[in-house]
Amino acid sequence: MKNNREIGIAGSVAAAGVALGAVAFGAFLSRRHDGGNDDAPKIARRKNQGEHTLVGRTVTIRKPAAELYAYWRDFGNLPEFMENVEQITKQGGTKGRANWTIKAPAGTTVDLKTEITDDVENERIAWASLEGSDIETTGEVTFTEAPGDRGTRVSLRIEYDARGGAIGRGIAKAFLREPEVQARHDLKRFKMLMETGEIATSAHRKSETRKAKQQENG
Amino acid sequence: MRALTWHGTHDVRVDTVPDPEIINPRDAILKITSTAICGSDLHLYDGVIPGVVPGDVLGHEFMGEVVETGKDSTLKKGQRVVVPFTISCGGCFHCQIKQYSACENSNPAEKQDMSATLYGHPMAALFGYSHLTGGYSGGQAEYVRVPFSDVGPIVIPDHLEDEQVLFLSDILPTGWMGAENADIQPDDTVAVWGCGPVGLFAIQSAIIMGASKVIAIDHYPHRLELAKQLGAEVINFKTTDVREALMEMSGGIGVDAVIDAVGMEAHGFAVDNMLDMVKQTIGIGADRAAALKQAILAVRPGGRVSIPGVYGGMTDKFPLGALMEKGLQVKSGQTHVQRYTKPLLEKIEDGTIDTTFLISHRLPLEDAARGYKNFREEQDSWTKVVLKPEVEKGETV
Repeated sequence: MKNNREIGIAGSVAAAGVALGAVAFGAFLSRRHDGGNDDAPKIARRKNQGEHTLVGRTVTIRKPAAELYAYWRDFGNLPEFMENVEQITKQGGTKGRANWTIKAPAGTTVDLKTEITDDVENERIAWASLEGSDIETTGEVTFTEAPGDRGTRVSLRIEYDARGGAIGRGIAKAFLREPEVQARHDLKRFKMLMETGEIATSAHRKSETRKAKQQENG
Repeated sequence: MRALTWHGTHDVRVDTVPDPEIINPRDAILKITSTAICGSDLHLYDGVIPGVVPGDVLGHEFMGEVVETGKDSTLKKGQRVVVPFTISCGGCFHCQIKQYSACENSNPAEKQDMSATLYGHPMAALFGYSHLTGGYSGGQAEYVRVPFSDVGPIVIPDHLEDEQVLFLSDILPTGWMGAENADIQPDDTVAVWGCGPVGLFAIQSAIIMGASKVIAIDHYPHRLELAKQLGAEVINFKTTDVREALMEMSGGIGVDAVIDAVGMEAHGFAVDNMLDMVKQTIGIGADRAAALKQAILAVRPGGRVSIPGVYGGMTDKFPLGALMEKGLQVKSGQTHVQRYTKPLLEKIEDGTIDTTFLISHRLPLEDAARGYKNFREEQDSWTKVVLKPEVEKGETV
């Protein structure tokens, strides 16, 4: 008898637990789908909405916006800190057209042609891919003043999509190799380069560095 | 070159590895003249710090002669320097406010994710201390690559011997910051858990900072004797009820400040510590925090808690209630070494601080594995091991 009673109590406790869990999960789902109405940037949402994949991050760099803007505006500089970008060739013209060669798995590359779609000196650079690119992408970097002498807040946002819907997006994701991690690391390297003049490495010998390995693979 | 490398728990060996090269413009290469085994190296030796890879060169307390410099290094060939164990760029927000061990730029971008997940933020890189802190090769070797050599290394005047200044690399500033974090006032009674190198330097520092009484807690007789020689009163926790003793020795009030110089591998016989020891042994984490828990209970209400002892992960059964209800202030952190090297070098030069009393053994680098084993197993008599790369195996130092 006693045993049965205990089992009975345990059973109702468990059932109540499951019910509570279900309610909480339901609340979690509905919150997740309403898109959030707080002040956090879209990038911080638990799940990116819509068809496109959006990646990005903000870092604070102890340098004036003008210096950071000038370095970024020269797209030829970007492969210095963007790990999977092998080369960017500037095509000239007023729209800042450029051809990107992006490293992909198995020794292949993704080619991208871009032009600058918005350019506000010392504040914002936006770009978008053109016809003939392997993937569709738009990117934006903004520079805003940080409080006191903390320098400049640099935010990078990259949205991309591949031709051909879901399958294409799958391909793009595979090709771009964890774009979110990549974007985060790239921004950190940009910060290192701007604040210290070099990119930190724990390599012991030159042959172990990223550059050496890139040349080897190339 | 020859270097002490990690191969697994309780398995370190002196191997031949490639010489380091200058890679970045601010780098320098040192030829090591003296290097020490740190108490925190024993955490690596015991396998309780994650992210160590077989073949990693250990060692973060070292000094030597500059033999090569990158184009932006401010060092000159031939200079003798001591190098802080924290690698700091000098240019980021945290370096600018002198919180060097939170440097944002020294830990390589691709290695920051692990500590960011574990601690919420990536931390500065350290020499020879796992890939969580950058994976840089350490200084228990013939040569070492020193990044940001224009920021960290301090040049040593010729009239000072290696052994007088070597500990500026870590344990002397760490003991000093441990005392500074206890915010010592002139009439204070301060208790220090652990009479290893950091504990002893914390005792010495607390006395210099004007504490009226310093009480040292350990269970190794020789270490307690060293604490006594520095001017501390001592408690052996094996034979004495520590909390009761501290209450009596502070007139029933409780000590004003406590310093935990023990860290994550605390000895202790309380049930929860034994449980944590088992968890640590079978690899499911739980830092053993027996000393810290005892310190939090012993400190007076409104008192200060300083934690220079190293912790790496989580702990169980933490006396959070005592912390809140008593209104304690807690300060901790890896040492901001670059902040202290110059003022402490001055105290060594004018004779206020002597560090050489600590050294119990001097060994050739080739005997480093024996040094690790004995430093761990003979803690009473092996208080500090200094390794000399230039001395041949078997030769006496």
